[in-house]
Amino acid sequence: MIPELGHFALILALAMAIIQTIFPLAGAANGNQAWMALARPVARLQFLFISIAFGVLIYLFLSNDFSVAYVTQNSNSLLPAIYRFSAVWGAHEGSLLLWALILSLWTTAVTFYSKRLPVFFVARVIGVMGSVSVGFLLFMLLTSNPFARLFPIPADGSDLNPLLQDPGLIIHPPMLYMGYVGFSVAFGFAIAALLGGNLDSSWARWSRPWTLLAWSFLTIGIALGSWWAYYELGWGGWWFWDPVENASFMPWLIGTALIHSFAATEKRDVFKNWTILLAICAFALSLLGTFLVRSGVLTSVHAFATDPERGVFILVLLGFFVGGSLLLYALRAPSTIKGGQFRLFSRETLLLFNSILFLVAMLTVLLGTLYPLIAEALGMGKLSVGAPYFNAVFIPVMAPVAVLIGIGAIVKWKQDDYKRVGKQLRFLLLASVIIGAALSMVFFDSHLFRTSAGIVAALWVSFTSIAALMSRLKHRQNKLIALQTIPRGFYGMTMAHIGFAISIIGITITSQHSVDLHQRMAPGDRVEFADYQFSLEELRPTVGPNFTATEAVVSVVKNGVHVTKLHSQKRIYTVRNMPMTEAGIDSSLMRDIYISLGEPLDGEAWSIRLYHKPFVRWIWLGAIFMAVGGLLAATDRRYRLKVEKNKTALVEGNAVSLKS
Amino acid sequence: MLRYLLPLAFFFCLVIIFIYGLQHDPRQIPSPFIGKPAPAFKLPTLHAADIDIQLDDLKGNVSLLNVWASWCVACRSEHPLLVAMAKNRPLNLYGLNYKDTREEALSWLKELGNPYIESAFDQTGKTGIDYGVYGVPETFVLDKEGVIRYKHIGPLNQQDIDNIILPLINQLESPAS
Repeated sequence: MIPELGHFALILALAMAIIQTIFPLAGAANGNQAWMALARPVARLQFLFISIAFGVLIYLFLSNDFSVAYVTQNSNSLLPAIYRFSAVWGAHEGSLLLWALILSLWTTAVTFYSKRLPVFFVARVIGVMGSVSVGFLLFMLLTSNPFARLFPIPADGSDLNPLLQDPGLIIHPPMLYMGYVGFSVAFGFAIAALLGGNLDSSWARWSRPWTLLAWSFLTIGIALGSWWAYYELGWGGWWFWDPVENASFMPWLIGTALIHSFAATEKRDVFKNWTILLAICAFALSLLGTFLVRSGVLTSVHAFATDPERGVFILVLLGFFVGGSLLLYALRAPSTIKGGQFRLFSRETLLLFNSILFLVAMLTVLLGTLYPLIAEALGMGKLSVGAPYFNAVFIPVMAPVAVLIGIGAIVKWKQDDYKRVGKQLRFLLLASVIIGAALSMVFFDSHLFRTSAGIVAALWVSFTSIAALMSRLKHRQNKLIALQTIPRGFYGMTMAHIGFAISIIGITITSQHSVDLHQRMAPGDRVEFADYQFSLEELRPTVGPNFTATEAVVSVVKNGVHVTKLHSQKRIYTVRNMPMTEAGIDSSLMRDIYISLGEPLDGEAWSIRLYHKPFVRWIWLGAIFMAVGGLLAATDRRYRLKVEKNKTALVEGNAVSLKS
Repeated sequence: MLRYLLPLAFFFCLVIIFIYGLQHDPRQIPSPFIGKPAPAFKLPTLHAADIDIQLDDLKGNVSLLNVWASWCVACRSEHPLLVAMAKNRPLNLYGLNYKDTREEALSWLKELGNPYIESAFDQTGKTGIDYGVYGVPETFVLDKEGVIRYKHIGPLNQQDIDNIILPLINQLESPAS
């Protein structure tokens, strides 16, 4: 009975989504106020019904209802309760439900925070988001119903994939989805602007905070995924250029281009078509990611559920939404009125370069990800490109970004004097180069060129960001009050840019100076590695709720001083008979010591892998800075103020369009 | 106008690639087992728990090893093809009964027919793991020396049998190879 309740709630949600699509959009087309007024309440009702369905699925997992196929496939009575909860989104059907839930959550948020926007516009935004929801709910109900029953009822479930039984995986998918589903808001705003023909800078101002928010979630989501892969996959890597990782990284790259392009469109009324295109592209990549992950056209270490029939359905969805919106773009964009003028040397130009670089970066990732497909289609056989390709092409594209950040923060809108900028920057450039080179020569003795290049880039970004902040205080009497009057958006930008610098340092040093050792060790053995002494104190059997394990206890000593005791486990998850490695990690800001238990060898000995990874934490620390920066910018007061100021003008504008 | 259509054109190309991709199974990657000697096993036969069957019994002839189970729905659709194939020509078809119970497996064979010379009874699934089985049914083609020459994941259909399996067996059986 209860599973059917969930199923029924989903059907009702679909009905609401259909109403939410048809009436507001039709109402906006022929000026029917009552139809447009349906948008908000229906969107909220849809959220209510999806929440009920989601709640039911949680309940089914927590109560071990193995009459439901999805629960049986992804849970087990021995699975700890917290993982029974996160197992809800552990596979295909539940992931889709989470997708739909988050989409309707964003839509509901739009219904509450859009009071000051014109009625026509809001109706279109909510209608467009409703249509996306129709697509996903149909997909779920027709091909991937999470509430489908199973008969005969099995005695127990086949357990959650052990890879996913991890605290990091409880919050990683919701964060990631908050991010890339969040781009649906910018998409809705862009389509609404195209439909209504009101491609002025105001739509950019309205959708900018939403996009920043989604981008921040996505940043955190990707960082969590990377962190999870680092400690859970047990081989010390933090990014694998796996198709599924790329699927979330591509929307991030375009999202980054988009939030910068928004700045130019909002402030200077330029690049309007370009920004629209980026907004469509960001959401298209979210859909593309879903397609790549769920259809099985690419193989991946993450491939949870693959099914070609489902692939066809998502491809149809992708074709409809992306093809449709690009067609709309082609029809409407030519009539956009040109915005503000600017000279070659101006912030506008730099922002344009920035978004082109991010677009190119995305295209290189897209090419690498789809290469196996393309190669096969052209009859070149089964090929795939690995990390070497991505590292070789991605870093050269990102390096100019670091240079641009520094200049962009200083250069003025509209036009600037390159002599003035050169004067201001040349000291900072010199300082970055000298300090960066000196630091790498003092602390490192190999890979000096690459290391110093990374550090110089990071210093350059940080110095110029701080210099931009200082120049805002330069002519102010009371520095403290001046600090308070600087808008939050500016602090957000500065913080995100410094976060970028922190990540550069982490990535550079970790990839250039990590060392590892593959060692055969029996209890009592001791090994010297990276200035530390590792001794295997004991190997002991342990038992968990749904696994048995061998645990290695390794004590770490440096210069005679005890540093830490590390525990690494080789687990066998009993239901799926699947081995997993739990790494033992001692982390600090400057380095991680990482051990992972390999395979049993002769006698009592095991193979053990030891890693020393300097500055690896900085990669994720930088991501946290970026995300917080994004949040700061999204909550800038001026959005609300400006909207209020423009309110009267917009209401009048609509009154005119109603009459005509 | 044309330049505004460029994004759409680009997207259209992507869609064509995806349509192609959906029709081709990326899981048909060359198996790491192909060209390698088949992993040795020694298991009781399905029909008699006290009689063992091992890899050496398969050697000397080109043989097929089909991984199946009574709980496997796809095996049910594949089974009639195996029965027909075994009837039409001399075939060294062996089964690996995977994670099954003896009783259910035997009644399944009684119901649908037994095309196998013998089935090995892999109750724990350990041999299946050695063979890298991750989808049942799977079918391996072994040459006379017991080297794996082909691996098919999922149920065979008539085209697979006519175009791949039988030609390969004929080729391996010809004295030249």
